[in-house]
Amino acid sequence: MNVKEKKKNWFQKELPFHLMLLPAVIITFIFKYIPFVGIAMAFESYTPLKGMFDQKWVGLDNYRYLFSLPGFGSVIWNTVFIAVMKMVGNLIFPVVIALLLNEVREKHFKKTVQTVLYLPHFISWAALAGIFIDILSPSGGIVNQLLNALGIKSVFFLGDSSVFPYTVAVTDIWKELGWGTIVYLAAITGIDPTYYEAAKIDGANRFKQVLHVTIPTILPMILLMMVLSVGNVLQAGFEQVFNLYSPQVYSTGDIIDTYVFRIGVIEAKFDLATAVGLFKSAISFILIMIGYKLADKLAGYKVF
Amino acid sequence: MKVKESFSRKVFNVINYIILGLLGLSCLLPLINLFAISFSQRAMVDANAVTFWPKGFNTAAYEYILSNKQYYQSFVITLGRVLLGWIINLVLIVLVAYPLSKDDPRIFRCRKYYTWFFLITMVFNGGLIPTYLVVSKLHMINSFWALILPEAMPMFCVLITMNFFRGLPKAIEEAALVDGANWFVTMVQIYLPLSKPSLATVSLFIIVSHWNAWFDGLIYMNLPEKYPLMTYLQSVVLKFDVTKITSEQLMLNPKLAEVTGRGIKGALILLCTVPILMIYPFLQRYFVSGVVMGSVKE
Repeated sequence: MNVKEKKKNWFQKELPFHLMLLPAVIITFIFKYIPFVGIAMAFESYTPLKGMFDQKWVGLDNYRYLFSLPGFGSVIWNTVFIAVMKMVGNLIFPVVIALLLNEVREKHFKKTVQTVLYLPHFISWAALAGIFIDILSPSGGIVNQLLNALGIKSVFFLGDSSVFPYTVAVTDIWKELGWGTIVYLAAITGIDPTYYEAAKIDGANRFKQVLHVTIPTILPMILLMMVLSVGNVLQAGFEQVFNLYSPQVYSTGDIIDTYVFRIGVIEAKFDLATAVGLFKSAISFILIMIGYKLADKLAGYKVF
Repeated sequence: MKVKESFSRKVFNVINYIILGLLGLSCLLPLINLFAISFSQRAMVDANAVTFWPKGFNTAAYEYILSNKQYYQSFVITLGRVLLGWIINLVLIVLVAYPLSKDDPRIFRCRKYYTWFFLITMVFNGGLIPTYLVVSKLHMINSFWALILPEAMPMFCVLITMNFFRGLPKAIEEAALVDGANWFVTMVQIYLPLSKPSLATVSLFIIVSHWNAWFDGLIYMNLPEKYPLMTYLQSVVLKFDVTKITSEQLMLNPKLAEVTGRGIKGALILLCTVPILMIYPFLQRYFVSGVVMGSVKE
């Protein structure tokens, strides 16, 4: 068989794969790759009437302008502050709840609690925000009614700028609490029961067994979740904050994504909004890559 | 071997049940409170007398929402995007996951390039405004397709499906190929029937994300009658005002005098979320394995 024939054969053999991938390649190209061209706006002074490449090139002026704005630094700080609280909470609480669930011997109780804890994960922030606005309201929301009954003054959870970031973090941790336990419960179920038997023979009580058998087995999973979440440092949760915040909490609650939405969609400053968006994407990209590298190094876990 | 439980163990058990029970309640009680408010009389709601059971039972809030064309229009749009989005996403996911699961370079040499092509979109994107401009240049503003096509290829679901395909025994496929089946036939007749658990997981993710999506509707649709359900809900939660009920509406249905803003919002939230909450318990045994397989993201 000569080389040319071999090459043709090879292509024919793989042709079905190329055909299968074609529709997805086209869709991805149009909606994910063509927008990359628009990133040019970050370095332009953009006027919508002209084409993408007839714009005035301004280099880094958009960034100079943004960083000279007094509010921009606090937007970045708010984003990191809220995101890091969520990262820590979303890491610790699911592990604790998974360990507690694992101690439940009553099967029906365990199953019911699991099903109920998964519930908030399936509710859209559009709806959940409506629920929180109602129950957290200082005038008649049940949470404040409960606090009043306990002799505590009403807290303006969503309207007080010193409380707002914590409300955002806690409600998000609550929403993802049950969902986060799934991976740990699966890892715990996979533990060989003979380990526990061996520990028992060595005189370990239930607490010692958890400490010396269960936790070490799920530790790689915890580590993996930790390094993979590194990429979330700038992900404070647009859908949540957008639906919960209001002008009186902008000082502590405005995050990069809501800022991009307001200057881009509402004020139609496409160039500035794209510049901020690119700033966030670029940093997130680096962080995600660091996370993936660490996952590979520490846990031998290849994402791709 | 039956071990008698120690006293400290019993104490722990009680505390453990209380903690988990309270957490479980924290997920249910807000919905029950909303349910009670949505079915209560105006005076009771205004006096903050409603907790977990309707007081002065009436259905005015539901009558108000269901007498409004918008709810049905949005419901149809959401149903359409869920069904069509589900089919399109699932077809694309399988068509991508199958070739990419062939990690033997002798079978598919170009796999590497395709993998990179798709993975880049997972870690980097053009951002809100550039994507919006592409959709608007394609004349998809106010078009139903704007809700379907931009996110038609969820990479997270592709990874789950691809990992599942990889785990299937290769021998069956080889046997089929020897018998003369081509790749398409093998994919449809051998891989798909074996992949029901992973397809069920992925389906759940697709259906939930289409049902819950509101932001695309908000930016791509200028006309409220084209809003999907969640975008409509979002606009009501942010903007609804009881004083907007006109005197003509009141003449037609005197019961509307019983309507409160909280009641309307509560009723609409329940009407928009309960359908999706009915589905997931049935798929629970599937998504648990799917989440573990795809614990890559979130």
